[in-house]
Amino acid sequence: MKKKSLALGLAAGVSAAVLALTGCAGGGSPAPTDGPVASGPAVTVNWGEPENALIPANTNEVNGGLVLNNLFAGLVYYEADGAWAYDAAESIESDDFQHWTIKVKPGQTFSDGSPVNAESFVKAWQWGASDPELLNQWWFIDAVPFDGGTYDGGEDTLSLEVVDDLTFTVDLLRPMADFPLALGYTVFFPLPESFFADPDAFGENPIGNGPYKIAENGWEHGTKLSVVPNETYTGPRVAQNSGVDFIVYASEDAQYADLLSDNLDIMQNVPQSALATFQADLGDRAVYQGNAVFQSFTIQPTLPHFAYDEEGTLRRAAISHAINREEITQVIFEGTRTPAEDFTSPVIAGFDPASIEGSDVLEFDPDKAVALWEQANAISPWSGSFQIAYNADSSHQAWVDATANSIKNVLGIDASGLPYPDFAGLRTEVNARTIPSAFRTGWQFDFPSQSNILGALYVTGAGSNDADYSNPEFDALFEQGVTSATLEEQVEAFNAAQALLFRDLPAIPLWYGATTAGFSTLVDNVEFGWDSWPILYAVTKAAQ
Amino acid sequence: MTWYIVRRILQGIPVFFGSTFIIFAMVFAMPGNPILRMFGDRTPSEAQIAALEAKFHLDQDFFTRYFLYLGDILQGNLGTTYAGQSVNEILARTFPTTLRLALLAIIIQLIIGVLAGLISGLRKGGIFDHATLLITLVLISVPVFVLAFVAQWFFGIELGWVRPTVGQGAPWQDLILPAIVLAALNMAYVVRLTRGSVIETNQMDFVRMAYGKGLSRRRIIPVHILRNSMIPVTTNLAADFGILIVGATVTEAIFNVPGVGNELFKAINRHDMPEIVSIVTILVIVYVFVNLLIDLLYGVLDPRIRYVKK
Repeated sequence: MKKKSLALGLAAGVSAAVLALTGCAGGGSPAPTDGPVASGPAVTVNWGEPENALIPANTNEVNGGLVLNNLFAGLVYYEADGAWAYDAAESIESDDFQHWTIKVKPGQTFSDGSPVNAESFVKAWQWGASDPELLNQWWFIDAVPFDGGTYDGGEDTLSLEVVDDLTFTVDLLRPMADFPLALGYTVFFPLPESFFADPDAFGENPIGNGPYKIAENGWEHGTKLSVVPNETYTGPRVAQNSGVDFIVYASEDAQYADLLSDNLDIMQNVPQSALATFQADLGDRAVYQGNAVFQSFTIQPTLPHFAYDEEGTLRRAAISHAINREEITQVIFEGTRTPAEDFTSPVIAGFDPASIEGSDVLEFDPDKAVALWEQANAISPWSGSFQIAYNADSSHQAWVDATANSIKNVLGIDASGLPYPDFAGLRTEVNARTIPSAFRTGWQFDFPSQSNILGALYVTGAGSNDADYSNPEFDALFEQGVTSATLEEQVEAFNAAQALLFRDLPAIPLWYGATTAGFSTLVDNVEFGWDSWPILYAVTKAAQ
Repeated sequence: MTWYIVRRILQGIPVFFGSTFIIFAMVFAMPGNPILRMFGDRTPSEAQIAALEAKFHLDQDFFTRYFLYLGDILQGNLGTTYAGQSVNEILARTFPTTLRLALLAIIIQLIIGVLAGLISGLRKGGIFDHATLLITLVLISVPVFVLAFVAQWFFGIELGWVRPTVGQGAPWQDLILPAIVLAALNMAYVVRLTRGSVIETNQMDFVRMAYGKGLSRRRIIPVHILRNSMIPVTTNLAADFGILIVGATVTEAIFNVPGVGNELFKAINRHDMPEIVSIVTILVIVYVFVNLLIDLLYGVLDPRIRYVKK
């Protein structure tokens, strides 16, 4: 009896200690195994020089984003599967999904010692929304409908209010149940007081509140950026290694050569040339998992025969049935893409293509394709050729040609790829609506919610609605989805909205992307998240 | 001589203006708006496009932009990239590395090329001559990137003799393999040129005279034959310099050398006007300068060539 009660007492003591630990480490999310910060060599990861100064409101590409994500702690962070958990926030609450109250965890500091409080967030967001030159300004307008956010910007336009040292409120224009989920993105990171004195200098040497800080003289431009653990960080993402070196590479082949010889620990993208062999080369050090990238091609309704009328809808469906997605993903991509089943992504919560009406339009069915095409010809005879435009500065030619060939062989029409020299050239014509053909489109999710892609691409008048799709029924269902209190309700509304997309096909879904990566023999606990980024704080590296 | 140098440098001025203008016009003519590229698949709002175009002067006409750029250059400012980095800093960071790589390549191709050419020229028709003929034939016909990948895989990964890519700070030992790859093509030409030239010189009267006078081969070969055979090789070297820089762009990418070729490639992808124009202009100036140096070298090799005031 005595023994048992002793054991119980011990267990109670342990769980109290665990509670205390998680209490200070994060809002109920599992804390990583704590311990002294590892010594030994830094983990190396491939990188490229960021295109802009390292300022959260002006960083929208992966290289700058990856570093900022490790230098800063937002209100929430994303776990590997895209679920969110509190990082710097203690609570984010609302009764109506429109008026939010956010409490910041007490006792946090930036790596320069200044406090992280409600002001740090409010001032940073006001600054980010103030200037149309900032690449992430749209987050305060399109991605999250902040009350007061406009593209013209201006000082303190957002309706944010500091209640006390650690509490502030946010007003949105309309309810958004996903609001906390969006807050993990770079643009919502807090900024210390020192930022506002000289943003440019800050961009060269950012001071954050995250698991890492930049090492002294750590940024050698064009060569590498070194970060070391930030010992003032108390959140759930405590670094398990002695630091990370982001190494600048010019080509993926060079990275792969270094990975094979253990000169590079983590490689985020296997080069095209090694796709067929990397799993054999690396064995269980190869990473191959789905990611939040959706690939498609879009047909603008101004293209002759492809308006959103009976003929156009028949032709769009015929073309979709004529594409052998299974074969193209196997042959061209070595199985590193998976055929699309809906308009979102399998790694985003709510993925459920089987229950969407009309999703069978993505099945390869030559007979049906021909039948639909003939029906359309009865309305207005086909003439001309079907082309898919792509930018030739990236490896798109192979799959575009294969897709065009598939269409050509099934429908017996003239179909081909239409190369543009570079991405800027392609987007300029798309944006001006002067592009004379269908064109490749893709979407990488900004935050892990179906509302991100559906809202940005297909809602009437949305910024990236390249297909000029406008359907009040769709807009209403989308609105219903974003204001749903639970994921189940949201998925129900979004699935009904997607059924309309399958009927009208503003874009033809092709396939989902995958993260193809690898790591060296020197590191362990390497995991890649839903956003294709390695989870660097968890990586351990043995001393050599 | 001094007058000649001054005149040549003055000739560089119109070359400078001409090249900046032409390159500027070419970049200007590239289709597409670089602002749209910055946003990826997302379409920015009109207000954002307008604000960013104003920021980078993209809303101005061609001549305004060209003169804005020239004004900066004359103040020693080569402009800033769209990312806000100073092009001066980028060049200061990357140029020394590329020059070291090019220098190493030139040294390698000169030493091996001239030596091999000399030996096969003196022993025309021998085994060595045939062997070098075969090897140079292979080197000339294989594209530089194939050679680079094979060398990287074989020496860097299979044998593990060197790092497959260039490490931080681009130390000399890491640059040797890329330099050999870069030197390979021109080395083949140097061998061929030296060989032909040596054979020709070897039959000249003054060489036969030297033999007849009883001079040792040890004196005749370097002083009489080699020196007189070097003029075509030197000319070739000047022309090669351009090829070296172009080759460096490919080689630098494969071996991850943080050099100017790498930077130029990325800038073209970004449509980064100030950076492209500045880098190419600097390359043109270097090219002009190297040609001047080579011309002066002729005088050293052959005292009959003199530069005098006309």
